[in-house]
Amino acid sequence: MSTVYEALAEDVAETPVSPPTTLGALLRTYPRVAVASALLLLLVLVTLLAPWIALHDPIATDPSNALLSPSAAHLLGTDELGRDLFARVIWGSRVSLPVAFVAVAVGLLVGGTIGLAAGYRGGLTDLLLMRVIDAVLAFPALILAIAIVAVLGPGLRNAMIAIGIVQLPVYARLMRAQVLSLKGLEFVSAARALGASPIRLIARHLLPNLLNPLIVQISLSAAAAMLAEATLSFLGLGAQPPTADWGFMMNTGAQFLNNDPWLALGPGLAISIAVLAFNWLGDALRDALDPRLR
Amino acid sequence: MVPVAFLVSVAVFSLIHLTPVDPAELILGEERTPEAVVALRHELGLDRPLPEQYVTWISHALRGDLGRSIRTNQPVTQAILERLPATLELGTAALAWSVLLAIPLGTIAALRRGSPVDVLATGFTILGVSVPNFFIGILLILVLSVNLRLFPPGGFTPLTDSIPDNLHRLILPAITLGTVTTAINTRFTRSSMLEVLRQDYIRTARAKGASWRQVIVGHALKNALIPVVTVVGIQVGAILEGALVTETIFSWPGIGKLAIDSIFGRDYPIIQGFVLAIALSYMLTNLAVDLAYAWLNPRISYA
Repeated sequence: MSTVYEALAEDVAETPVSPPTTLGALLRTYPRVAVASALLLLLVLVTLLAPWIALHDPIATDPSNALLSPSAAHLLGTDELGRDLFARVIWGSRVSLPVAFVAVAVGLLVGGTIGLAAGYRGGLTDLLLMRVIDAVLAFPALILAIAIVAVLGPGLRNAMIAIGIVQLPVYARLMRAQVLSLKGLEFVSAARALGASPIRLIARHLLPNLLNPLIVQISLSAAAAMLAEATLSFLGLGAQPPTADWGFMMNTGAQFLNNDPWLALGPGLAISIAVLAFNWLGDALRDALDPRLR
Repeated sequence: MVPVAFLVSVAVFSLIHLTPVDPAELILGEERTPEAVVALRHELGLDRPLPEQYVTWISHALRGDLGRSIRTNQPVTQAILERLPATLELGTAALAWSVLLAIPLGTIAALRRGSPVDVLATGFTILGVSVPNFFIGILLILVLSVNLRLFPPGGFTPLTDSIPDNLHRLILPAITLGTVTTAINTRFTRSSMLEVLRQDYIRTARAKGASWRQVIVGHALKNALIPVVTVVGIQVGAILEGALVTETIFSWPGIGKLAIDSIFGRDYPIIQGFVLAIALSYMLTNLAVDLAYAWLNPRISYA
């Protein structure tokens, strides 16, 4: 039979613990966040230092050295046009990472503003804005992105716009839900009673309280955006040759699977690691920042 | 749902009007004359005001007439319906293996939390959503087709021609398409099961002396699967998205491959029909999922 103390201990164990408030505490308390952040940092460093890490030109062709097997001179071999695959994989991060960044920024700024406006204003504004968001959500994301690219024409810029648009609903819904839940709380009413303007109320009182779920979502969205960009490029709708793009490199590599599988394996691993880093970080941050989900 | 369906139809209608190329010029090709373009624009109704064009288009669409393919002149509805069975077969197989693997795996992971099985299952759930399905498809072809020669690397045999050959060719694309959903379903089953195992009624069932099987299968799993059902329903969208890529890799003649071929062929009526069909079926599935959820969980009421 359990004692009162045991029952109390059980209750305490089930009570949500406040999320860590400093970055140091977050990394110390949640090693998964630290490991995922380190992986992501490595990815960012590779992107920034690409010209120094990759010794070969990722674009210059050399047909006399086409389809060489991996060796000391060419770590991942060469592709069908004699380009160094390692250099192309490293430079590929300079396409994927910025695409993820721009797409998330578009989704966050436009979708987030829609959600903020809908949640804060309520009434007809909320009704109209959210119906538009529902209409975007009525399409599976990748299919909407493909339809947008079909209209605008294949290319990296159009792929970025398309991926940004399909990211809108998630931020609009997240921001709206958070604003609705915060809006009725006493500290918001108090600020309003003290005469705070809507802009001040949003910037000083609502946004800081929205940061935790937003950070988690940004990480998960970046993973989804990279995956979507790679898929569009794999299908030939994203980056166009001779850009060193992981998805497009896999598209080409798939044609040489019989004799030169590394052409597909190198970029495939690179995409997987990059997407994994963002997904892992988002997942770990969600566990750390939202105690209800632990 | 009606306002959203209206907005969706407007968006799909707009697709053809937002393209940089005039559909009449596309149909007539390089040999066109300005007079022929004007005549065809008039014949297709492209010279009429947009609201009027929308009303004509939607009234035709509601009767199943989505126009004709620019490349083949085949009715769009017929082109989609001809390729739908192949996609349905692939999608059903992918969802089936996904559910059959995910539910036991997620349940075992939850029951043995922290064990090596749980670590493996959790690792799989994050890898499954991170590795692109085209990479999974390529890996499967490389290992099982190119090296071990166990499966053909692509192609399709209709069920009516040969059932064994059809199934043989189905396995690799179905695994490719179902991996993401398997990962998501495993994760949902695991977390849902963990949540249910903490409930008082499980403690009560154990306290009254119910057998392990009764507690797990009769009480825990039954309740834990309610949210999983909704997730599986919503995955119809993921399956349709994945079909675009999987059908392209494995030369599977479904609607996904039709859509991709149509994009490169600038066959806008087919793209329009495809997007409309997908959006409507996705919306209807979501509605069915909502209703199924209320039916499965009597605590939810939409009244």
